[in-house]
This record gives sequence, C-alpha cells and structure tokens, in this order.
Amino acid sequence: MNATLRKLFSFNGGVKPASNKTESNREPIVPLEAVPLPPQFVVPLHQSVGGIPQPLVQAGDKVLKGQRIGGATGAYSSAIHAPTSGTVLAVEPRLMAHTSGLTMLSVVIEPDGRDEWIELTPPDWRNMDGDTLRDYLRDAGVVGLGGAVFPSHMKLRQDRSTPMHTLVINGAECEPFITCDDLLMRERAADVLRGIIIIRTLLDAKEVAIGIEDNKPEAVAAMQAAIAANGDATIHAVAVPTRYPAGGAKQLIRVLTGIEVPHGERSTSYGVQCFNVGTAYAIYQALELGRPMISRILTVAGNVEHPRNYEVRFGTPMDFIARQAGLKPNTDAFIMGGPMMGFRMPALDVPVVKAANCIIASSPALFPPPPPEMACIRCGACARACPTDLQPFEMYWHARSKNFGKVQEFNLFDCIECGCCAFVCPSHIPLVDYYRFAKTEIWDRERKKNAADEARVRFEARNERAEREKREKAEKLAARTAAARATLITEGDSAAAAAPTAAPAAAATATASTEVDPKKALIEAAIARAKAKKAAAATAESTSAAPATQASETAAPTSGTEPTSKE
Amino acid sequence: MMLNNSPYVRAEASVTRVMLKVLIALLPALAAYVWQFGPAILVQVALASITALVCEAIMLRVRGKPLNLYLTDLSVLVTAWLIALAFPAIAPWWMVVTGTALAVVVAKHLYGGLGQNPFNPAMVAYCVMIVAFPSLMSQWPGVHGDASSQIHLIFGGERVLDGITSATPLDALRTGLREAGATVSAIRNGPAFGSVGGAGSEWVIGGYLLGGLWLVQQGVITWHIPVAFLGALAVFSGGFWLADSAHYASPLSHLLIGGSMLGAFFILTDPVSASTTPRGKAIYGAGAALIVFLIRAFGAYPDGVAFATLLMNLCVPLIDMKTQPPVFGHKLKRPASPKKV
Repeated sequence: MNATLRKLFSFNGGVKPASNKTESNREPIVPLEAVPLPPQFVVPLHQSVGGIPQPLVQAGDKVLKGQRIGGATGAYSSAIHAPTSGTVLAVEPRLMAHTSGLTMLSVVIEPDGRDEWIELTPPDWRNMDGDTLRDYLRDAGVVGLGGAVFPSHMKLRQDRSTPMHTLVINGAECEPFITCDDLLMRERAADVLRGIIIIRTLLDAKEVAIGIEDNKPEAVAAMQAAIAANGDATIHAVAVPTRYPAGGAKQLIRVLTGIEVPHGERSTSYGVQCFNVGTAYAIYQALELGRPMISRILTVAGNVEHPRNYEVRFGTPMDFIARQAGLKPNTDAFIMGGPMMGFRMPALDVPVVKAANCIIASSPALFPPPPPEMACIRCGACARACPTDLQPFEMYWHARSKNFGKVQEFNLFDCIECGCCAFVCPSHIPLVDYYRFAKTEIWDRERKKNAADEARVRFEARNERAEREKREKAEKLAARTAAARATLITEGDSAAAAAPTAAPAAAATATASTEVDPKKALIEAAIARAKAKKAAAATAESTSAAPATQASETAAPTSGTEPTSKE
Repeated sequence: MMLNNSPYVRAEASVTRVMLKVLIALLPALAAYVWQFGPAILVQVALASITALVCEAIMLRVRGKPLNLYLTDLSVLVTAWLIALAFPAIAPWWMVVTGTALAVVVAKHLYGGLGQNPFNPAMVAYCVMIVAFPSLMSQWPGVHGDASSQIHLIFGGERVLDGITSATPLDALRTGLREAGATVSAIRNGPAFGSVGGAGSEWVIGGYLLGGLWLVQQGVITWHIPVAFLGALAVFSGGFWLADSAHYASPLSHLLIGGSMLGAFFILTDPVSASTTPRGKAIYGAGAALIVFLIRAFGAYPDGVAFATLLMNLCVPLIDMKTQPPVFGHKLKRPASPKKV
C-alpha cells in the first residue's frame, strides 16, 4: 500500500497552537561529542516509571562512560549509567527535574575529561530468548523517550492472545517548540529505522506505521527514503494532519488505525503497540551498538539566542546546556517539555533526565502570566477542544466544589491533561490544574480508604479468628469427650488386654462408673496415659530427661490445651 | 493550589471577545430596526445599557467581586440589548429600566453572577413584564413611525396610540383567527404582513438571521440549537398547516414572524442557561419549538419564545445529564477479532 493512500482517521477536538518549531529546527543536532562536558554531572537514580534503581557506586569510585551506576530493582525498573568517565563525588539526594521541588538520590560525577567508554559489546539479540533480551534492555536503561519514560523492555513482551497487526511509531511531535524527533528523523533516519525493525521483529508485528505530523515534511521524506532504501513494503511513514495532540499515543493510534483504546486498557489488547522514534533509536543503539542509554536529543528553545537541538547526556545541568544555546539573562525558569503539557522546573540547574525532550527558557515576555480567572460561562469551547470527548466544564464545576464522586462520573480519569481545554477557555480558567487537583485528592482519599479498609479487615479477621478458635476449642473438646467416652467403653470391655500399668486401673475405675462426669473420666484417662508413658520411658534405656519432656509434650494435647498457633 | 502550570500558551479568547461578537451580531437587526421603525429602539438600547451597567456595578460591589474584571466583560450589555430588542420600542422608559434591573439584580446576580444563572435574564425580565403589564407590552410601533411621537411615548407621554402602534403579525393572526373568524390567507394579506414576514419586522428578522449565521461561523454558538429549534418549529407548525391551512399559519410564517429568529440565534443559545451537549442542544431546541408553537396556536399570549426559553432552562440539568456524549474509546466495543479491525 502506498503510504500516501493510507486511510487516516481523526479524533474529535484538538487545537492548533502556534508551532514555534522553525526557530530550533533549522540547525543540525549538535552531536554528543561536540557538547562540552559540564564541570559536574548530577545523575538522578530514578528517571523512569517503576522502581528506584539501587546505587552501584559510592563516593570516590572511578567510573567509565556507560558504566552502570544504578541497578534496576524489579521488573518495571530500569538501569542508570554514567554519562562520562570520571570520579563519583557523592551519592546524595539532589533536586529532581520535577515541578514538585522534591529531591532524589543522585550520583554526582566529576568528569575526568577522557570521556572513556566501557567496553562495548553488541549483543547477539537475534539469538537471545525474550527474557534475556528484555533484561539486557533493562540493564541498558532503555525507556520510552516520548515523555512517559515507561521501561521499553516491558512493552516488548508479545501478547500471545492477540497478534500484533500494527506497530505505531510516534514521530508526530505535536507540542509547540519541540523539534528533537523531527531532527532525529531527518539526520538519523536509517538508524531510527533499524531500531524500528528490531522492535517490529521482537513484537512480530504485521505492519509498521510511522506517524509524523505534516508540518515536518523533511522528516517524512527522510523516513520514506530510508524505508525505500530498505525495501520493506510493510513499513509506512505517514504524514498525519497537524493538530495537537495528534502525538498522544491514543490519538495517534486512532489516526493511523481507527482504533480507540479506552482508558485503562492496553493497546496490545487491540493488536497495536506504540513506540516513540527516539526510543526506536535508543533500542538500535543498545542492541546494534551495545551502547547503554546515556544521552538523548534535546531541544533547547525559548528565551535563548540560538534555539537548537543537542545530543545531551543525562545529568547535565539544564542551565549548562541552555548556556550553550545563549541563555538570555531575563530567563525566570525552565519548562521541561512543551508549553502545553510541560512542567516548570524548581531551579535552573536541575539535571537533564530521560523524560526531557525539550527545555524552554521561560521569560515573562514569552509566557506572560495568565489573565485573571473568570467565571465559567459554559460556552462549551473546552468540550469541543477535548480530544477525549470529555465535558471539561462539568468536571471543573464539580472539582471546584470538591464533589469528587461527580468528577469521576464525568470520566476524570480519562483526561490526558493535554491542556486543550485550558488553551481555548475564554474565562482563562486553569482547567487542567483543577483536574490534577481532583485526581490527587481522589488518589489520596483512596489511599486513606484503603488503609482504613485494611485496618478494618485486619480487625474483623482478628475477631473472627478469636471466635473461631473459641468455637473450635469447644467442638474439639466435645468431640474428644465423646471419643474418650467411646474409648473408655471399649477399653472397659477389654481391660485385661491393657498393659500391666496404671492405665488398666484407671480404665477399670472409669468403666466401673460409666455414669460419672465424662470430663472427669477424660482427665483421669489422660493422667493414666501419661503415667503409662512415663513408666514406659523410665524403663527405657535412654536418659530420662528427653523422653520425659516428650511425654509431657505428647500428653499436653490430650489435656485439652491444644496449641492453636498453627492457624 | 493555583500555581502557574501548563498550558503556558493560550488561544486569544476571552469572555469580552465572545460578548463583543454577540453585540456585533445584533447590529444588522438593530440597523434594520432603526430603518424600518425609527430611532426609538436606540433610546431603549441606551436606557437598558445604562441601567444594566449601573446595576452590575452595584451588585459587583455588594458581592465583593472585582469591578474592572467583570464590568468590562460586556455580558451585561448583551442582556441589556436583548431586553431592548425584545420589549416594544415604544414601551415607557420605566418598563425597560425595571426589566433590566430585574434581569441583572435578580436573574443574574442573586443566582451568583456571570455563568451561574439558571434562567436567561433577558427572558426573565420579559416574562415578568408581560405578565404584569400585558397591554403595555403589546403596543408595538408601526412601520416608519414618527420618531418624536415615539420618543414622547417612551418618556411618559399620554398613550394616544392611533397611528403609532400597529398589530404585530402574531397579534393579527391570533385575533383574526380566533375572534374575527378570518382565514390565514386573508390575514396574510392584511397590513401587519409584508412580503415574507411581518411588515417591517421581516427586515429585522433578516438581520437576526444574518448575525446569527455569523455567530455560528465564528464558533461563538453551534448550529445545533438554531437548527433544532427552527426545524422543529417548522415541523410542528407544518403538520397543523397541512391538516388545516385555513386556520393554521404556514411553517414559513412561524419562522419569519415574532421572536423565532431572535430566540433561535440569540436567546436559546445563551450558553449559561442552555443545554451543552450536542444531543441535549437538539432536545432543548426542539422542546422550545414545541412550547412556542403550542402557545402561539392555542395559548393566551401571542408569542411564546420567552416562556419556552424559561421552561426549557428548567429542563437543562436533566437533559444534560441524560445526553452525555460517549468518551473516547468508550463508544467502541473491543473488536471481536483483531482481523476485523
């Protein structure tokens, strides 16, 4: 099928903000080796979804470029590597590249300037079994570079129940300002394609659709040329209409395949999987070159003299790389990501992490504070802009009145926080903030409720156990009484058969008075048995202590104090 | 809680801009009004506007709301203009002033101000005044009236009405059909009617249509409510007209006389008090059309747009609740087999 003839689908809503891409996409990427080394790298150990990697180095250690410094913990975790060779100065909490201003255990490395790689041995990935290959990618630190930083190895698991019919490769890059994927496709199309083919092979996907917004004709052409050179007719580079958020995974899957993946479901259940072009390139580097993920393409834009793309090592302070682009002095903050969904960084020197596709130097002139928030006039502009077909003004209304049950009825958790609603709102209401607030509150309540539920369950279980024990004790006692009575009657009938010890005597006594209190009879029987055992033990060759203990132990159950600990 | 978070860019949109577009959309009708009926309407617009701004300012101050922010949103001027256009242009000044004050103070601010009113304020004013002063609210100026005598009437002149007022087409239909036993075609040839609609008012209604279509084109309103309302009105009136064309006016007459166009594009589409979902808007518009038709054909008032609006305003929460559109991914069931995708 000719790529240009492919039938495309559309999603509702979406907006067309000024793209601001031409500022940074006219210059080529500054390659890794051409970016100067900062005086210090601060490499946070947690840069992806999943468990926090364990530090594998300590202060004073010498590390090589690409050496693992954070080991993955658990299946969803992903390793962290040294961005250059040098000395570990400290392993300590440092400010995260997160709007919260929280800290994260980080490895501080002082480069030695030699930038010396570890020994790179490309794996024989074609002959690896699935688990080994996934472990390899996990240890190479490969995570999704589209923004979600989901560990890639977890997405390369074939779902046996649903064959993969389409592998969607996301090169849409719909957010304004960001051009890293654009430039990556333009300059390294062949390598990106190699990565795509690896993914496609691992997932056994029938066809591959690379979705690229039609405002990137050079990238589309480069990818198509690479595909033509490769000669694979089942891989298509498709220009999709430029409309934010066409690069949202679910939106792009919808555009390319017509499938709407509902919230909370995996696209794999529908025979589709989605990877970012940057991730495909990283997978190529890891499996064909044996290079762990230590860098990515990053757009530096906004309030800088020369907006452009850099191949930046993780752990590089943001202000260091922004200064390479001519950071203007009136910059008040960095925004990581695009202006629609990006986050304001708590400081200028927070490190570049795997999730950072773009840093925008912000100034009051570039992003003026929003006009004052006014009342909602229910104009419905937000509902028309919503790519998820939500009713944002209704969610806002209920979130504002903290009626969180109602917000959920309006499908709050289907919201992808793309910001289209807030973008179009004539009343300048920070709608997404209300949704984030409502989500956080609901999560918090659920956590508290779960804690309370667990406590309640524990309490009830404890009460039930106590009751059950009491009941079982009574039942056992009754059963034993009945059994004892039966035994005594039988024993009485054959008293002569008993050993010539105290037991027959007791038994005889018991038999003689079958009408006596059964409890009493039971106790007497137990005493008799114990005595018999003691007597037997005494006659034994062995020393008296152990058998005596044993005897008393075995006697104990019969005396009605059976331990309940086994429950 | 409200830090400056993403998105950091915004479309150039504001409440002021929305309201300004509505005001601009009213200009063609206003111009036609002046051309056909004289400048009295401008006096009413001025009276209503001043009253509205004063009441708005007082209420904002009383409620401790930022004066500059909300007084400049122009929303109160939209209410004022709609009242002026809905009221007879020769109604005494105190009627427009009272009506506007009522709309702004009671129907808008006592319910919580901008965006919070469950009822359309202009229609609250209209309904209260037509119930309280039915005859004053029914005296409409004739075509090409004398400006000075119209203005004289507004400012307390003795209401000698011969030669100044004229029966509206809806009045003519009502009295003609119910009292004089005339047929629709005879009434249609009477002085109240022009070539397609009411004499003179057909131009004003053309102005509403023009402005309304521009609002749809501008995305200020969506097509759902006007189409549903006008379409359903045509269907209801058409049914009766086909059955008995001597006693029921044609669908075209229903669309082109009275408050149909004003209601369809400017009143029923008030976003605050209208339904918001696409299907809900259709139900809301069609429901209003039914009420309008019933009042016109069988009710005690010549027109029913105001009552229909308020009654449908009441139904909005229920309509919206029952017509929530399916969310992305919720409308499609999981494909039975991936091969069929």
